[in-house]
Amino acid sequence: MLNYILRRLALIVPTIIGISICAFAFVRVLPGDPILAMAGQHGVTPERYEILREQFGYNLPIWQQYFNYLGGVLQGNFGVSLATKRPVITEFMTLFPATIELALVAMFLAVIIGIPAGIFAAVKRGSWFDQLTMGVALTGYSMPIFWWGLLLIIFFSGYLGWTPVSGRIALSFFLRPITGFMLVDTLLYGNWPAFVSALRHLILPAVVLGTIPLAVIARQTRSAMLEILGEDYVRTARAKGMSPRRVINVHALRNALIPVVTTIGLQVGLLMGGAILTETIFSWPGIGKWMIDSISKRDYVVVQSGLLLIALIVMAVNLLVDLLYAVINPRIRVQ
Amino acid sequence: MTQTPQIAPAKSDRAAALREFWHYFSVNRGAVIGLVVFALLVLIAIFAPLLAPYSPDIQYRDAILKPPIWDAGSDPRFWLGTDPVGRDMLSRLIHGARYSLFIGFFVVSGALFVGVILGVLAGYFGGWIDAMIMRVMDIILAFPSLLLALVLVAILGPGLFNAMVAIALVLQPHFARLVRAAVMAEKNREYVTAARLSGAGHLRLMLVTILPNCLGPLIVQATLSFSNAILEAAALGFLGMGAQPPTPEWGTMLASAREFILRAPWVVTFPGLAILITVLAINLIGDGLRDALDPKLKRS
Repeated sequence: MLNYILRRLALIVPTIIGISICAFAFVRVLPGDPILAMAGQHGVTPERYEILREQFGYNLPIWQQYFNYLGGVLQGNFGVSLATKRPVITEFMTLFPATIELALVAMFLAVIIGIPAGIFAAVKRGSWFDQLTMGVALTGYSMPIFWWGLLLIIFFSGYLGWTPVSGRIALSFFLRPITGFMLVDTLLYGNWPAFVSALRHLILPAVVLGTIPLAVIARQTRSAMLEILGEDYVRTARAKGMSPRRVINVHALRNALIPVVTTIGLQVGLLMGGAILTETIFSWPGIGKWMIDSISKRDYVVVQSGLLLIALIVMAVNLLVDLLYAVINPRIRVQ
Repeated sequence: MTQTPQIAPAKSDRAAALREFWHYFSVNRGAVIGLVVFALLVLIAIFAPLLAPYSPDIQYRDAILKPPIWDAGSDPRFWLGTDPVGRDMLSRLIHGARYSLFIGFFVVSGALFVGVILGVLAGYFGGWIDAMIMRVMDIILAFPSLLLALVLVAILGPGLFNAMVAIALVLQPHFARLVRAAVMAEKNREYVTAARLSGAGHLRLMLVTILPNCLGPLIVQATLSFSNAILEAAALGFLGMGAQPPTPEWGTMLASAREFILRAPWVVTFPGLAILITVLAINLIGDGLRDALDPKLKRS
C-alpha cells in the first residue's frame, strides 16, 4: 500500500511542475501590461514605470521570474492582488469556504438523491420508474446550468418569492466568521434566524451546482448495479433463498458502489467549473466568481495563483480518490 | 477482431454490418428520437434564412419586449415575442442553430484530429514519447475545463472562433487518452504483428492497421464531446467571453437577456430551451451509439 502511495506521489510531481509553468506562462502571454494595469487610469511616468518593473522583478529574464515565483509559492507567498492590494492567499482563504460549503451541499444533494434513484432504477429495470429516472437524469446531464439557475430564480424568487436572488445571507445579519461555513457559523452562534437565512440563500445555488453530478451519479449507480446484479455470486445468493433485500443491500450494493465512489471524486473538477457559472448567477462570493472577476479585471497575479491553487486542489482530491479506491477495492491493492 | 483489416471487406459485409448496427441502435427508442430531433436541427440550420420570418438583426423599435403569441399583449407578427431591442426571438433562435451545430462540428473535428494523433503516437511508440504526451494531457486535465477555456479565451481575445479553439484544446486530452489505451491494447495482437512482418511501415501500422479497430469508443466520445462543446461554448457566451453580441448565439442571447429575467421571462426561457433540446438530442444519440457499438452489451 505504501509503495502504491509513493508511486502515485512520484507521478504527480512532474504534473505539478507543469501546472505551475502553465499558470505562470498563461499570465505572461495575457494581453496588456501588469505594471500599467497596477497603475490604473492615472498612468505612470516612464521613470516610475522602470522603478516598478524592477521592484516587481518584471525586468529579469523570464526563467528567473518563474523561479522567483515558484520560490515564493513554496514559501506560501502567492503574490499580491493588483486590484485589492491584498495577498492572494488571504483572499483565497476568505472566499474558499464559501465555494466549499456550496460544493459540499451540492454534492450531498447529488449523493442522497442520485444513489437511491440509481439503485431503484437498476432493481426495477425497464419499469416506468427506471425510464422516468433515466430520462430525468439524461435531461439533467444535458442541462446548461446557467440557464437552469435563471429558471429557478424566475420561479422560486420571482414568482413564488421563497428564496433570495443573491448572496450568502441577509445583510441584516453580521457574524464574524469562525469556520467560514455560514451554516456552521450561524449554528455555533446559536442564531437560528441567521441559519434559516443562510439556508435559504444556499438552496438554489446548491441545487443548480448539484444537478449534473446528480445525473452522473444516478446513471453510474444504475449501470454499476446492473452489472453486479448479473454476476454469478448474486445469482447464487438468490438461489440460496436469501431475501431480495438482503441480496441487494449486502451482496450487490457494496460492490456496485466502488466505481460510484470514483465517479463522485471525479466530479470535483466539474464542480469547480460549475462553481464559476453558479457563483456568477447567484452572486455567491466564492472563488469561481473571484476568478471570473479577476480575469475580466485583468488581475494577473490573482489569475495566475488562483489557477495554480485550483488545479492543485483538484489534483489532491483526485489523488485522494485514487487512494480511497485502492483501500475499498482489494483487487487494486494486490497488483 | 482477429480478421485482418488489410483485406477490404466485401460490400455486402459492410451493408450487413450497417444493418446490424442499425438493429442495435433502433432498439433504443430514445436514440431514434434524438436522431430525428438532431436531423431536424440540421435542416433548420441549413435552411435558416428561408425558415426565419425576419432577419435576426433587424430591430423593430415599435415592438420591444413583446411576449410570445399565447400571452396577453403579444404582437401577432412575432410568434415567440421580441427581445429588449425589438428583434424577433424566433428568427434569432433559428439562426442560432447554425452557430451551435457549427461549434460542435468544429470543436469535435479539431479535438479529434489532435487527440487521435497524440494518442496514437503515445500508445504506439510508448517510452518517453508516451510519458511526455501523457504528462501534458494530465496538466490540461488538472484544470477545470471551463476555467482553462476562460483563461485561454482571455489570452486569445473574446470571440466565437477563439472560444472554439480553446474548447477544442480543453477537450482533446479525452480523445488522446482513449486512443492511447485502445492502441496499447491492440498493438500486440497477432494481426498487427502479421502486418508488421509483411513489411508495413510505422505510419501504415498506426493509421491503417490499428486505428480502425479503436473506432467504437472514439465515436461515442466524439458524440459526448459534441454536446459538451455546445454547452461550454454557450457558457463562455453567457460569461461574455464567447460569441459577441449581436451574434444570435444562444448563450450570448441569454447573457444579454439576464437583466430582464423577471420582467420578460421568455427572452431567457427560449434560448436555454434550445440549448437543452440540442444537447439532449445529441446525448440520446450518444447513449444509443454506446449500446450499439459496445460488444459487451450485445445480446443477440
